Amino acid sequence: MFVINCPYCGQREQSEFKAGGEAHIVRPKQPTELSDDQWAEYLFMRKNIKGIQFERWVHSHGCRKWFNMVRDTSNDEIKAIYKMGEKPPVK
Amino acid sequence: MTNNLRVKSSKFIDETYKISFKFNNKNYYGYKGDTLASALLANGIHLIGRSFKYHRPRGIMTAGSEEPNAIVQIHKNTSRTEPNVRATEIEIYEGLEASSQNCWPSVNFDIGGINNFLSPVLPAGFYYKTFMWPASFWKKYEYFIRKSAGLGKSPTEPDPDIYEHKYIHCDVLIIGAGISGIIAAKTSAKNGFKTLLLDEKPYLGGSTIYQNSEHFKINNQISSSWIEKEINEIKKIDNLEIKTRTSVAAFHSYNFLLARENLTDHLPLHQRDGKVRHRLLKIRAKKVISATGSLERPLVFDNNDRPGILLSSAIEKYSNLFGVACGQKNVLFTNNDSAYETAISLFQKGINIEAIIDNRENVDSKLVKEIEKNNIKIYKGYTVVNTFGYKRINKISIMQLSKDGQKVVGSKISIDCDCLGMSGGWTPAVHLFTQSGGKLKFRDDDQVFIPDTYPSDQISIGSCNGEFTLDEILSSISKKLKDFLNIKKTEYENLEILSHFNKTKRNIWLLPSDKIIGKTKPFVDYQNDATAKDIKLALREGFRSIEHVKRYTTTGMGTDQGKLGNMHALGIISETAGSKMGELGTTTFRPPYTPLTFGTIVGRNVGEYFDVSRKTPIHDWHVENKAKFENVGQWKRAWFYPKENEGMHEAVQRESKAARDSAGILDASTLGKIDIQGTDASEFLNRVYTNAWSKLAIGKCRYGLMLNEDGMVYDDGVTTRLDENHYIMTTTTGGAATVLSKLEDYLQTEWPELDVYLTSVTDHYATISVCGPNSKKIISKVIPNLDLSDEKFPHMSFKNTKIDKVKCRVMRISFTGEQSYEINVQANYGKSVWDKCMQAGKEFNITPYGTETMHLLRAEKGFIIVGQDTDATMTPIDLQMDWIVSKKKYDFIGKRSLYRSDTIRDDRKQLIGLVTENPKEVLEEGAQIVLDANKSPVEMLGHVTSSYYSPNLEKSIALGVVKGGKNMMGQKLIIPMENKQINVTVTDPVFLDKENKRLNA
Repeated sequence: MFVINCPYCGQREQSEFKAGGEAHIVRPKQPTELSDDQWAEYLFMRKNIKGIQFERWVHSHGCRKWFNMVRDTSNDEIKAIYKMGEKPPVK
Repeated sequence: MTNNLRVKSSKFIDETYKISFKFNNKNYYGYKGDTLASALLANGIHLIGRSFKYHRPRGIMTAGSEEPNAIVQIHKNTSRTEPNVRATEIEIYEGLEASSQNCWPSVNFDIGGINNFLSPVLPAGFYYKTFMWPASFWKKYEYFIRKSAGLGKSPTEPDPDIYEHKYIHCDVLIIGAGISGIIAAKTSAKNGFKTLLLDEKPYLGGSTIYQNSEHFKINNQISSSWIEKEINEIKKIDNLEIKTRTSVAAFHSYNFLLARENLTDHLPLHQRDGKVRHRLLKIRAKKVISATGSLERPLVFDNNDRPGILLSSAIEKYSNLFGVACGQKNVLFTNNDSAYETAISLFQKGINIEAIIDNRENVDSKLVKEIEKNNIKIYKGYTVVNTFGYKRINKISIMQLSKDGQKVVGSKISIDCDCLGMSGGWTPAVHLFTQSGGKLKFRDDDQVFIPDTYPSDQISIGSCNGEFTLDEILSSISKKLKDFLNIKKTEYENLEILSHFNKTKRNIWLLPSDKIIGKTKPFVDYQNDATAKDIKLALREGFRSIEHVKRYTTTGMGTDQGKLGNMHALGIISETAGSKMGELGTTTFRPPYTPLTFGTIVGRNVGEYFDVSRKTPIHDWHVENKAKFENVGQWKRAWFYPKENEGMHEAVQRESKAARDSAGILDASTLGKIDIQGTDASEFLNRVYTNAWSKLAIGKCRYGLMLNEDGMVYDDGVTTRLDENHYIMTTTTGGAATVLSKLEDYLQTEWPELDVYLTSVTDHYATISVCGPNSKKIISKVIPNLDLSDEKFPHMSFKNTKIDKVKCRVMRISFTGEQSYEINVQANYGKSVWDKCMQAGKEFNITPYGTETMHLLRAEKGFIIVGQDTDATMTPIDLQMDWIVSKKKYDFIGKRSLYRSDTIRDDRKQLIGLVTENPKEVLEEGAQIVLDANKSPVEMLGHVTSSYYSPNLEKSIALGVVKGGKNMMGQKLIIPMENKQINVTVTDPVFLDKENKRLNA
């Protein structure tokens, strides 16, 4: 059970949040231009890293805001939290 | 029976307070302060139960929560009976009834004991190997295996006790109130930290509290007196909370811990009524100090499991704390100095010691010398090779160890005894530390795993950190606490410590025997009857990973999680496989540290409190009118309204007929409602629905289908344009929350440039749907001012209006295919509007209908229910709903996926209608659909998704999904059932009123 520092509300229990998968996957602007393979890449392919992973989280039982998290999946240490649209911190 | 084994009275036992209890239906008594184990030992009883696999007689081995053998069933009552309770942890109370487990007909004469003699043919993996063939026999084997598996009996009735959960936040949590924990708690609290100190035992002070020897002194006081003074002081500190009988079950990441506080299990039965039995503490601590201590290791030799064989430290505890002698002819067997501490304690109490067997050849510590001084025979460099006595040990034989410790040499010596204490050194209790994600390192000197890297703000101190002696603990604790708590000084900086413990140890994981290993039974895991022999067999058969060996031999898989034997298992594997202990690693320690009852886990969330239930504003009316309810998500929805003797079928048939013949009324308040506002609202809807929204006029409604990005149908519902930049979207009842989340996700992360605001208003409005040929007449009575003419208020439009002075929105939309009006009114007025409609509809026999009738009516029209006729593998094309997918729009969620190679396949499962050859025969939902039931293997074409008997069509109708179904109109198919085959024909999914005439009838 993590303690997550919501960028809008501050420190809250993990039970107030939901994870939303890998971060920084941008929905293609022109999906119709893409081949099946390119679209599948966007649609299905996700990283599952042991180590530093960039993730989306939402404060679903709080402010309902989405934000990004850098987490070490090997020990669950949260390295950084930043708002949607902000640049990821350099590794 | 008399308490003939009580020795000099102990100050922890109140001999003026007698308590009687039953064990295996016989009456005994003990004193206040006794555990079941100490009271039984005082009565001369060692035989407690039978082992799991071989049904060998087993006794009390330990004096704590690590006990593998002395586990009993308590309470006779079928709702409170509890299996696998450790006799070493039960504090006796008036009325206690305990009995042995895993034996029949009795612990003294157990038929299963035959397994002990069959053991040569019951090696590790016996069940895996034997019951594999022939595969078809498994069902027969399983019956017998299940019957003989498992320890104890579960209660068969609901638990009448009360449990609860409590959140605790603290600055510093200290686990374990031994000498390290007491010092840490005092230091932390005195420095102003909000401190919580937990211990699983009923008393504080750990093993130091009964350490009554001149050999261990602090500031010139015997260590037990010193700690007693400390305990008295910490009890007075305000910001220190102390909880005894509280066992930490789990240590999760970010210093989140679960602990079970046992509140009533030690009380006489009549004092427990109405009190909370266990409390689960959910603790979030800024800092955690683990002072969990260490567990003494047994020694692994032939027949090391007989009743009367205990850990040496347990014998000391029974004597010093409980004032009980475990035997009258005691022998101690050790590889380190600990057994001499025990010997000195026993000697002080006048308990007879026959001999000490020490693996070590050269030992001359002060403790050893004191024993020698008192003329107790010490066999140095010897090992026990066998033990005798079936239900209680009566003799051991010993032999000299070779120089390398691999063999025994010389001749056998026999020693009579009735109790054997063993000490194989100490294992730090690192279970909680590793649960929290901590990594261990192996210390070769004394062969122990100790904490290495900490994953959170925590430290381990004392013997759980590998500091086993008084001087080791006290010389380092001050600096550790200063660094960890960031404080300048402690009151423990310059303690004068006297400790005569010599640290030398001769560690031999599997002691040698004069017999070949195949002929011996050196137990490693007592509870699961796994021997060193089994572990070696597993290695011979090719198992290498410690986790695999564990599962194959079941070592460490009992309710004690192998607290005693795991290290020996690792040691034997590493010796046999020639690998290093440190590289081998340990098995994973999983929560809970000691077993929790289900009641503790569930707390107050039982019965109606198990989950939240949501009720509509009209709920009470449904209850008064005898509705049966169904759960839709957390909602309680009226399912059908049976009259007098009606069953579900009759009620639904009547309701369905009434809705089409005259008028029906439905409480649709549970439908999800999302208020959408903003200048980009139309654009937003364009992007999330498959159809076009920009041209929808104000005051008009439209049905929309929402896909996932993978093209699969996600949700559907009608959305109404209330104003230029204002829409109200309805979603399915179950999908409301997830649809809102998904829309928010897109708005916030993909399209932040859109000016759109979403608000859930599901609970704010009551929704009442009146349908049927007479619905217009009823609504005109309820809202006389509203022009209901088809020209002014056509199908798929909405009006803002008022009922009396209450504002409401009326939508003319239909999920039944009938002319239909949906009144949305602020929730508080829902019930009164419902009553008005019922009143106005009386002359038209207005009939309330539930979800079942709603489903039937929509199935007649071939309308899908997302989640019933779809299952996240259906595209709108599969549903034959091509008409709703805009060809013009450049993009919407899921559009690109609609022409992936997989989604354009012709042989995808597609929605179709099904009619049965016999119109009376109603199909089962979920039934398989095949073309040829005789072909082997039978090809599954699809399945039935919705099925009803339609009273309006007077025949059975069904919807289903079938591979390539779109091109199978008129095709005859078969529904194979258990004892018959049903012939069906594929039809269009719309069964009634294809021309939609009834909408304007």
